[in-house]
Amino acid sequence: MHLPATLRTTAAAVALFAAGLAGAQNNAPIKVGFMLPATGTYANLGTMIENGFKLHVAEQGGKLGGREVQYFKVDDESDPAKASDNVNKLIKRDKVDVLVGTVHSGVAATMAKAAKESKTILIVPNAGADVITGPMCGPNIFRTSFSNWQPAFAMGKVAAERGHKKVVTVTWNYAAGQESVKGFTEAFEKGGGKVTGNLTLPFPNVEFQALLTQIAADKPDAVYVFFAGGGAVKFVKDYVAAGLNKTIPLYGAGFLTDGTLEAQGAAAQGLFTTLHYADKLDTPRDNAFRAAFTKAYHADADVYAVQGYDAAQLLATGLKSVGGDFDGKRDAMLKAMHTATIDSPRGKFTLSAANNPVQDIYLRQVVGTDNVVKGVAIKALADPARGCRPF
Amino acid sequence: MHSSVPLAAGAVAPRARWRGDWLAPAAVAVVLAFAPLVLETYYQELVMKIVIYAIFALSLELLAGTTGLVSLGHAAFFGIGAYATALAAPQYEAGSPLLLLGLSMLAAAAYALLVGALSLRTREVYFIMVTLAFAQMAYFVFHDTPIGGGSDGMYLMMRPVLKAGDTVLADFERPLHLYFAALGLLVLCYAFLALVLRSRFGHALAGIRINEQRMRAAGFQTYRYKLAAFVLAGALAGIAGFLYVSKNGVVNPELLSWHESGAVLMMIILGGLGSLRGAVIGAAAFVLLKEFYSSEALLGPAIAGRWQLTLGLTMIAFVALLPKGLVGIGRRFSFKRSRP
Amino acid sequence: MDFPTFLVQCLNAIQYGLLLFLVASGLTLIFGIMGVINLAHGSFYMIGAYLAYLLAPMFGDHFITMLVAGMLMAAVFGFVLEWVFFSFLYGRDHLQQVLMTYALILVFEELRSILVGNEVHGVQAPGWLAGGISLGGMMTYPAYNLFASAACLVVAFALYWVVNRTRLGMMVRAGASNRDMTRGLGINIRLLYRAVFAGGVALAALAGMIAAPAASVYPGMGGGVLIMCFVVVVIGGIGSISGALLAALLVGFVDTFGKVFFAQLSGIGVYVLMAVILVWRPQGLRNKGF
Repeated sequence: MHLPATLRTTAAAVALFAAGLAGAQNNAPIKVGFMLPATGTYANLGTMIENGFKLHVAEQGGKLGGREVQYFKVDDESDPAKASDNVNKLIKRDKVDVLVGTVHSGVAATMAKAAKESKTILIVPNAGADVITGPMCGPNIFRTSFSNWQPAFAMGKVAAERGHKKVVTVTWNYAAGQESVKGFTEAFEKGGGKVTGNLTLPFPNVEFQALLTQIAADKPDAVYVFFAGGGAVKFVKDYVAAGLNKTIPLYGAGFLTDGTLEAQGAAAQGLFTTLHYADKLDTPRDNAFRAAFTKAYHADADVYAVQGYDAAQLLATGLKSVGGDFDGKRDAMLKAMHTATIDSPRGKFTLSAANNPVQDIYLRQVVGTDNVVKGVAIKALADPARGCRPF
Repeated sequence: MHSSVPLAAGAVAPRARWRGDWLAPAAVAVVLAFAPLVLETYYQELVMKIVIYAIFALSLELLAGTTGLVSLGHAAFFGIGAYATALAAPQYEAGSPLLLLGLSMLAAAAYALLVGALSLRTREVYFIMVTLAFAQMAYFVFHDTPIGGGSDGMYLMMRPVLKAGDTVLADFERPLHLYFAALGLLVLCYAFLALVLRSRFGHALAGIRINEQRMRAAGFQTYRYKLAAFVLAGALAGIAGFLYVSKNGVVNPELLSWHESGAVLMMIILGGLGSLRGAVIGAAAFVLLKEFYSSEALLGPAIAGRWQLTLGLTMIAFVALLPKGLVGIGRRFSFKRSRP
Repeated sequence: MDFPTFLVQCLNAIQYGLLLFLVASGLTLIFGIMGVINLAHGSFYMIGAYLAYLLAPMFGDHFITMLVAGMLMAAVFGFVLEWVFFSFLYGRDHLQQVLMTYALILVFEELRSILVGNEVHGVQAPGWLAGGISLGGMMTYPAYNLFASAACLVVAFALYWVVNRTRLGMMVRAGASNRDMTRGLGINIRLLYRAVFAGGVALAALAGMIAAPAASVYPGMGGGVLIMCFVVVVIGGIGSISGALLAALLVGFVDTFGKVFFAQLSGIGVYVLMAVILVWRPQGLRNKGF
């Protein structure tokens, strides 16, 4: 059809203008909001995650998918009661494009709800709560760490393979501990064992003597525990001081010995744990990562740094696939992230249907101040994502 | 042992000649009503947060400021109100806010009746500790059992919708509707408490705070009055809980922790004990101070990261320099007798 | 539960109770004698634990020397703190004390973070306490735990002796019952309060130092201890040392056996105990007297 000249010119001008706008959008920085603990018990983990993330961005020259990254940060205080208000600082006040956080599962659960409602992209670099890639799953909710079920399930398989028949579990009475014990029990009983007792104590009580005495009286073949931080240090020390490790081997999810080895000292030597990362993996990818991290931050990288690093990798993959056009091609970007293969220092992993990593879980043993890899407990383990509605 | 609550002038209001003391609060309410026109979403929500905590603080003001019963377990009623709403709300459709609000108040009042009946036998510091104990019990029930979803809490799947027949009057999924509902409830609570304080009941409570022996000698059954105040305060805290979960869509056992109880106590001390205005001002000051000290944009990441230090030092300075709270500043410059 | 296990559990309960008593004794002194509610008491415990972490490498096996040195340092710290901060709290009502000492917790936590960082640390028990006593092949009872209990008992007796049998103790008790009259008798009440406060801080720090090798040293460790302390002090009766001992042992038993028999709701056990006792005896177990 023959359009009048003025109309054609106008159309062309408009098209150019729109393209110019889109181009201007593409040059605006992408806003990344960290909601991580800056105070309290988890403060160190927050620092490691943030440093890991920033390391990857720095390796890409400060730009992901051609766009600069602008950071915002809010202290989550590890307090679920304040979580809504804190996450809204990032979503509604700072209007971030991508949320990264957090460590504490209760806080992360609230972040997931807020992210779902506002459709902000959320990448969880630690919190293992099953609910995040369970009932709260969604195309914009990602996780680059683990679900509480994963390392526990792997340990259950290992315990069964090692011939143990009766196991007693010990943990704090909170969601992370309960989910971990459930994962362990599932694999262990499938492998022919039986969990004969589930001992718990209220969080964050660390008076373990009563439970250790119980274990000594019950005499199981082995003990599986889920503890982290200060509690993990005390439990391992108490367990060895009670002499139980000589007759009843102790197993745990990786956090029992992660970040705690210096404090645990001799007590932790020889302990087996399972986690999606380990020391002395000795792959080129891991070696390069660890060297770069130590050079930039004068500290050894740990699993939290890896999870933060991979969060940045995931985002980078998405942005690169749409040429940085985050606003225009959002669905394509989410799809690219969902189907990405991340070349992580832990080994390559993909994302499950619920956006949780499908990854190898390593069996590690404590040697000195390292959790040395002893083998792969389960290859490419996917979380069952119970309660996640397919998207 | 000396009295643990100062003789705050304010709750014993003699027959006032100057009836305009409702002007200032009314003006504030009007300003807040028009605030959404100028404030963007995040700041609207910040105001809503202040409104919710103001209701919470007002409920404690009745208990601690007026009646002199300092409770370190008040967050239990706040949390129980929130959980009641989350548990009673239907899973796949929006519930009725009137019903849920009523249930929250009822649940909180019921626990307050139980706690009050048992703790009012103790005095002063022991009373503080017993109320803490009961709050901790409620906390552990929600934290350690699957009743409310355990330590990770639970979600409110769909926010309530107020319907008259088939027409939607207020949909709490829309922030503006919730904002006005919260503001409305704050105004109602404030007005209600102002009336209570002027009533015979309110005067009796003030009398109990000043000298319980004398009140008993005058023939008042002080235990009943204290229990009534306790239950009423609990019910009002339940309102705040209902609003909290309606706004945030999530409830967690940490709402019942002693940190929250401590925070609301801070608010009324900060604002000035013994006055309703003090409770509201204290809530606003507490929230805004924290917002200020943790703002990276205003203070830079290094200082904002150390907000606990700056906030702690500020609180110490406040208490040291302003023993009568923020309301005390206003009173220094006015000759008006202190009013709620 | 068979009898030997029961006995061991009793031992566990007593051991926990004794350590709790050590921390709580400082609080009940400060509270009972000076009438100051000090929410920062848990922070003193934490300071003690971090002191142990910092001093242990220097003292090695001379553990007891380290404890004494640490106590002295904590006492000096407490003396100065009372002078600079707490002396302003006496005239004020309890609520203001609560607010100011709560703010002090925030300040201490942040200072700790700035000075020592946020990692979890361990403290090595001295070599001569490393072993344990074998309990019939079932398990080993760590020697260190026995030492800790013994140390707490020694402190309890020392406290009792000082408060009830020395001039200093007499002055302290006088100051507690009637401050003005004591001053009228020519006793420097300010200095007395300062000394008592320093003593209270030293006790809490000692408890932290003793606990450090068995537990671990980590941010926020003061918070859990604080609540338990207040529970113990209130159950025992404010200002009463023997009350605090009795209450601490009760709490130890409820905590230990609660975990064994009522796993899911063991968290509320201690609070139920407190509520029951206060409803029965609203002033605590031992109201007056030390």
